[in-house]
Amino acid sequence: MKYAISLILGMLTGATLFILLLYFNPFASPSSISPLAMSRGQVLNFSFPAVSRETLAFTNDGESVPLPHPEKVLQLWERTVKETSAAIVILADSRGEPVGIAVKFQSDSEDTHILNAQYLVNSVWHIHLPGRGTMLLDQVENHWSYMRDIVIQAHKSSGDNWRGNWTEVMTVGPNAIGTGRVTGGSGEFAGMEQEGVESLFATAYSVAAGPVAMFGNLVITLPDTDEELEEEEEEKPESEPGE
Amino acid sequence: MFKTFSFGIVLGILVAGALLLFRPVVDLEREFSMGKPRQNGGVIEEYYVDLATDRVLAGIGGAGSSVPPGLVWPDYDFLAGTQTEVFKLRNAADTVIGIASRMVGGGDNAFVEWVVHIPARGTFYALLPYNASGPGIRAGTLRAGTREFSTLTGSVTERYIAKAASDNSDAAGRLELVTSLVSPFVAEGPPEGEDE
Repeated sequence: MKYAISLILGMLTGATLFILLLYFNPFASPSSISPLAMSRGQVLNFSFPAVSRETLAFTNDGESVPLPHPEKVLQLWERTVKETSAAIVILADSRGEPVGIAVKFQSDSEDTHILNAQYLVNSVWHIHLPGRGTMLLDQVENHWSYMRDIVIQAHKSSGDNWRGNWTEVMTVGPNAIGTGRVTGGSGEFAGMEQEGVESLFATAYSVAAGPVAMFGNLVITLPDTDEELEEEEEEKPESEPGE
Repeated sequence: MFKTFSFGIVLGILVAGALLLFRPVVDLEREFSMGKPRQNGGVIEEYYVDLATDRVLAGIGGAGSSVPPGLVWPDYDFLAGTQTEVFKLRNAADTVIGIASRMVGGGDNAFVEWVVHIPARGTFYALLPYNASGPGIRAGTLRAGTREFSTLTGSVTERYIAKAASDNSDAAGRLELVTSLVSPFVAEGPPEGEDE
């Protein structure tokens, strides 16, 4: 009997050690530097509210946080869309001026691998900048650091909340360098194939309501103009004969 | 007994690791794809939106009313003439399988666009002309897709189906979205160095 108890206690200890190793995984450090930080071309830079009550509308299954907004919005309770949420936001440019409207859909991804410090989410942004055009940004986000550094910390806190300064680039794909795919739709973006990255900045989170003070940032590259392409051509060193 | 305890630790680590490795953390619910084969290849699939019950959000720049109740649609000048809607999306069997956004823009570059997000399958982005080609019908193209839709090309048609006169329900008509998608044919010869 004592051997069985030892074995069970040992297994519980082993499982706990394993979970602690995952939680404190030193290789899962958050990425706060955008892969587009060194981009030489023009970029579009938008900010948007990431707190549900500051969006035009936000909906999910109605049982999880953040809470849907407004209160009477249709909830996604059906079993096929239970893991999905939708947010409709006004996008502001880098000066804080509202310039567009966007719809974001996001669903938990079946490619999630906790062992690799990945809590993946598939998301798409349908963006409309009136007077300019429309585009789609599709991306894979990793919410692991968000869960570990904010959500779990808030649950651990006696006040059931978290305060601090947290910044992270959420986009990890599908492009190899960790950027999302941008597809132009209409207007000046028609035919465009570019990259985009989403970041989040959080300072307060509550277990009951979800994010309390948080906003997001979208960076989308624009195609090089003909003049810029010419400049790049000129900058290139001439190739040696015979190369 | 210490040996048993140590063995238990190793076993616990292995079991926890195996559980996380082999048991999916996220397992999305799926519905059978209800596509019909197209005569010359590809698949035709129908999606529906019940305008009375599936509208998550509707906002029109410059208009007074919006859905859901309590939504304050901003009156920015740049939103005038634009329309943004979000719907739940049903398959041909009337089961909710996803969510979709429909945006309409006026002006010189008038357009109608759909982004259809089916969590277990992927997303597609369809561009449609602003002017209808028939009563309530717009025929457009698939612009882009993710996962299951990433390699597909084809057409997307939107059709408004009015409520039947005999229908006494609360229905306000339906929007039908028909995709006719095909995977691009890739002509590949035998790999180099391989005998035919």
